[in-house]
Amino acid sequence: MATTEVERRRGQLAALSIAAVVIIVGVPLWWRTTETYRAWLPVSQIKELAKLQLHLSADVEVVFARGTVTPEQQKKVPLTQTQNMEHRVDEDTALSYRYETRYRTATIMEEDALNQPTAAEADLSLHTLSESPSGSLVVYVIPESSSLLPQNVDVYIGQRRTALLRIGSQMRVGKTLEQLLAHMEPRIKQVLHVMSFSHTDITAALSNRVRISPGNKESIADSMRAFKSSPGYEITFSLLNPDPKSHRLHWDIEGAVETYIQPLLTKLSPVANFSIDSQTLYYAMLGVNPRFDSSRSTYTLNADSLAHVINPVEARLGSNAASSNPVLNFLLYIPDAHHSPLYIHDHKKQQVPTNAFHSPRWGGIMVYNVNEFYEVDTVFPVDINIDMAKVMGVFLAQLRLLLGVQSSTPPPGFLVAPCGNAGLADWELDRLMWSRSVENIATATTTITSLAQLLDQIGNIVINDNIAQQVSSAVTSLQLAVSELEAGNLGFALQYSKEAILSSERAFFDPSLLHLLYFPDDQKFAIYIPLFLPMCVPILLSLLKIVSEARQKHREKKPKKD
Amino acid sequence: MYFLLVYMYIKNHVYMFPDLLGCHGKCRRYLFCCFQDRAGQFFSSGHTNNWAVLVCTSRFWFNYRHVANTLSVYRSVKRLGIPDSHIVLMLADDMACNHRNPKPATVFSHKNMELNVYGDDVEVDYRGYEVTVENFLRILTGRLPPSTPRSKRLLSDDRSNILIYLTGHGGNGFLKFQDSEEISNVELADAFEQMWQKRRYNELLFIIDTCQGASMYERFYSPNLMALASSQVGEDSLSHQPDLAIGVHLMDRYTFYLLEFLEDIHPASKTNMNDLFKVCPKSQCVSTPGHRTDLFLRDPGSVLITDFFGSVRKVELTMETINLTDPIDAESGELQKEMHTYADQLPVSEIIHQKPKQKDWHPPDGFILGLWTLILLVFFQTYGVKHLKHIF
Repeated sequence: MATTEVERRRGQLAALSIAAVVIIVGVPLWWRTTETYRAWLPVSQIKELAKLQLHLSADVEVVFARGTVTPEQQKKVPLTQTQNMEHRVDEDTALSYRYETRYRTATIMEEDALNQPTAAEADLSLHTLSESPSGSLVVYVIPESSSLLPQNVDVYIGQRRTALLRIGSQMRVGKTLEQLLAHMEPRIKQVLHVMSFSHTDITAALSNRVRISPGNKESIADSMRAFKSSPGYEITFSLLNPDPKSHRLHWDIEGAVETYIQPLLTKLSPVANFSIDSQTLYYAMLGVNPRFDSSRSTYTLNADSLAHVINPVEARLGSNAASSNPVLNFLLYIPDAHHSPLYIHDHKKQQVPTNAFHSPRWGGIMVYNVNEFYEVDTVFPVDINIDMAKVMGVFLAQLRLLLGVQSSTPPPGFLVAPCGNAGLADWELDRLMWSRSVENIATATTTITSLAQLLDQIGNIVINDNIAQQVSSAVTSLQLAVSELEAGNLGFALQYSKEAILSSERAFFDPSLLHLLYFPDDQKFAIYIPLFLPMCVPILLSLLKIVSEARQKHREKKPKKD
Repeated sequence: MYFLLVYMYIKNHVYMFPDLLGCHGKCRRYLFCCFQDRAGQFFSSGHTNNWAVLVCTSRFWFNYRHVANTLSVYRSVKRLGIPDSHIVLMLADDMACNHRNPKPATVFSHKNMELNVYGDDVEVDYRGYEVTVENFLRILTGRLPPSTPRSKRLLSDDRSNILIYLTGHGGNGFLKFQDSEEISNVELADAFEQMWQKRRYNELLFIIDTCQGASMYERFYSPNLMALASSQVGEDSLSHQPDLAIGVHLMDRYTFYLLEFLEDIHPASKTNMNDLFKVCPKSQCVSTPGHRTDLFLRDPGSVLITDFFGSVRKVELTMETINLTDPIDAESGELQKEMHTYADQLPVSEIIHQKPKQKDWHPPDGFILGLWTLILLVFFQTYGVKHLKHIF
């Protein structure tokens, strides 16, 4: 009897100890070995970034030349005004624009500069006096009697960051400074709309974040044409020679790129890196047969058939296998001797003066006619030197359009100076930098927030340390970019936004973040039950037996006690 | 004036004219000729480039028809203009050079060997054992290792229309990859959602030709997706015609009739998606093809077939040019005269004049040692150990 008691005690102790080992050692061990490693992410900061509040500020200086303000008005100058405009784009995104305008009178040296014969020279000498920082503007107000601007032009926009504004005479006499400023305000607003950031540009740049239905077909075309912001671009110049038997072509592409294209790319270096290739393709035909126009005895390509030209050629253009950057292709096509001269006609059957066309987010094609270089009875093949200045002029214009340098038609009364040899005016660069910064910030915030959401949703993905580090650095760069944008430091804002984009893309597209294993619940049960059930059932039963025996003994003891 | 309008309607060049009244394709009769400047085109679809991801998920000889399906769609898509650099083709690629193929280096899609879809211009990006669920999801989400070349990536942006075609053996909610793993409809829907989050597509057309194919698009929840399947849940997708010389079925029914439909499409045609939904009715296909358009924002009647299967580029005329006046530096002209030579890759003169190298002595390797040990053992076992002294 004692032995059975001892046996039973031993049995109970064994069951209890097994249960203890399973629960205390087994369950934590199973938990630790099946959990995934997830490094810590700054989730609260990411949630803050989801609500994007962008402040853009621009500094404007309005300088009154002699003869534009009366002495009484001049006493109140210098003056500073601040204008704030708030826009709510959607419930997560809000924009606020701030223009800080300083009014002052011109210095002696500026007056001398404004006395130049033409507006372009005045612009140049004003630039030598002082250089405005990125993102700021200077508007010089000149009297009506000034001869700098032609008759019907009120505003001249220079190549750098200055504009010349002519005021009418009836405003000067007998009005106070406030009335003068109020009268000038619409004009200055127009100048700002052209030269600095505009609401349409900034909201278009936010298209990654906010699905905005565009207003009109012009803005759809504009938003589709330019490449998205990318850290680098590849530019490829190709010379297509379908008829090497007749034409032996020489093009000085290296010199032309160095002289004409490189200045623009150097100026754009804060925005992106560029790499340039060139190639020559022989026997590359256009996919479309040109039609012969007997009235002008030329061959023509209609605007309708241009869409089908690109595809057959694209298969033969190579691209750099190592990089994933977007490629801009610029093709120079020399028509063969039997189809020369070849002109492109627009919808109204007029010749296009540039003889070129471009495709949004792809590149451009120019047709260069060489039939005037030789007569009918010359000995073929003919050596032809291509005039690279003319060719690069067209390619440069196409490159500007494809990179997003918007040249919308200015309001009436405006005269915009042609962009210099760099191909890009300073204020155009500023506009591009504004929209690129905003676009980068918008893209980076959506990337980070969707990554955080994805990692939260799928518990099985392993988050390595390097991903957590990239995310943290992206968050830091974003916060810095937003604050620099608010302070008006355009260069720093763009740089931080680029760093933010790089880190966020690297984190989002890390190869280790692939969620492959989707286990529906019934599959999970099917895996665990054969493993755990045979082990747990005896333990549970013995525990139940212990409990029921203890209860029975307790019940027996009770009446005994009585 | 009316005759002109009717003539232009018949000519059907609607997509080139601006739609000033804002209607989308239904009001084609209103044309206002182009007094527009640069935006002289009716950008109805909102995409600027096209991509195609064509996947055949089976291997082995008896799944010939799946490879033929995929290659036929590849041919059509190339014919309509999408270049190889924008097509990601995943095939097991074990048909053309299979030992059982009576006509090596060919894959036919029509009996009596009418149409060889393999040809000599096929660019297979993922072949053999590279066609896995993991690689497929990596392509879609973009999470490829940095060493992946450009041709194996899907470099689409927010203005790309993507065509995804899957074929193989499938079931209710899954698709079998290479007889060893499966992709479920939930994973596919999640992959599309990640593509949408990163704006990797503008619109996406998903076509699947497997048994119970409609189950694969049930779980989609991202916008701008249109899906077509060859059979409903519970139905099998059947194959079309066996070829007695090759000995296997050459095509599946749905893809066969899809290809007949696509043969009539040329790059400038105006057929829309409603016609594609009518392809292969139950009388021809035995299974009931299905489609799903509730996530698609545009009306399917206004979506052209060439929006997905072809690559019609939008084109604008360049109206501006920049006046460049600097002459090119004369010095750079000198550099052109520099002759380009190939690096000396094989130093022939050294090779033919070199003396034969002294070979180092190596002890005999394991096989010879083992062989001699065996011989010795057998000898001594037979004749006894006393002969050992004769050896040593």
